[in-house]
Amino acid sequence: MKYLKRYRFFLLTIVLMAIIFIINKEVGLKALNVTGFSLKEMLLVIPPVFILLGLLDVWVPRETMMKYMGESSGLTGIILAFIIGSAAAGPLFGAFPVAGMFMKKGVRFLNVLIFIGAWSTTKIPMLLFELSALGTTFTVTRLLINIPGIILIAYVLSSLVSKEEIAGIYEKAQSL
Amino acid sequence: MENIILYAITLLLLLVSLVKDKGKTKMALKKAWKAFDNILPEFLGVILLVGIMLGILNAELISKIIGEQSGWLGVILAAVVGAITLIPGFIAFPTAAMLLEHGAGLMQIGAFVSALMMVGVVTMPVEIKYFGRKLTFARNGLAFIFCFIVAYIIGKVVGGV
Repeated sequence: MKYLKRYRFFLLTIVLMAIIFIINKEVGLKALNVTGFSLKEMLLVIPPVFILLGLLDVWVPRETMMKYMGESSGLTGIILAFIIGSAAAGPLFGAFPVAGMFMKKGVRFLNVLIFIGAWSTTKIPMLLFELSALGTTFTVTRLLINIPGIILIAYVLSSLVSKEEIAGIYEKAQSL
Repeated sequence: MENIILYAITLLLLLVSLVKDKGKTKMALKKAWKAFDNILPEFLGVILLVGIMLGILNAELISKIIGEQSGWLGVILAAVVGAITLIPGFIAFPTAAMLLEHGAGLMQIGAFVSALMMVGVVTMPVEIKYFGRKLTFARNGLAFIFCFIVAYIIGKVVGGV
């Protein structure tokens, strides 16, 4: 029963996939193909990311993380959040477990949000693909708009939630 | 290539950790597994959902929707398509370039690429698990609105309109 509840979203998508197969086999096969491809990508990226998270959890003391990225880390924290997010590999949903770990280690909420923003739009490996496919002007223009955008969105988001709400999210992160 | 670097770094750190403290390393691996096990159901669901989305949408369909003449409606649609899909970068950018060749507008592609990167409707279950509903909706909502700013400026600068 516990498993059923945890996996209900996954089960739902399986049902959805089955329905698509019944309606249109060709679309279903294509969907399955893409799924297989993403699964392979996930299986490739996930083990190192989670092992690194585990190592970070065990070896890096909370105080160190707080010093460089915590409440009073100021500009250093923001820049570090940008650098770590940009150097990342893997799809956006991989950023959330890392963000969870950051919260567990007492990283400032603003920096967590900047990290998510950086992971989504300024990832260096992605930029290389973008440069070659869409050209320099497009990429540079997008970056110049996105970098202030990430900071702006992070500030707006952190002002949207109360201290209590943030505390609640941080508390939840402890158990994840 | 980036995967090789990622694996090399992980292995190196794991070895250093193992040499320094076996017990701590074991604990790190246990924690890694716990964190993974925790989010696995959402990951699996999201990956299937992405597959379904991409199975239904294809390049021709998208470029039809977001052609040069489609204007702001096309920009909105492009952002919506970008928001609900999740495509890895090495597929997304060549696809975007192909869409441009097929007659998609620059503004629309700007919105598409931005939404693709910043907004993740299918990944929301994962995001909610860590950030809660309110923040997840707020972040995706703000990012979605931001895509239009990006689209507008890219249209002006790159397209020179």
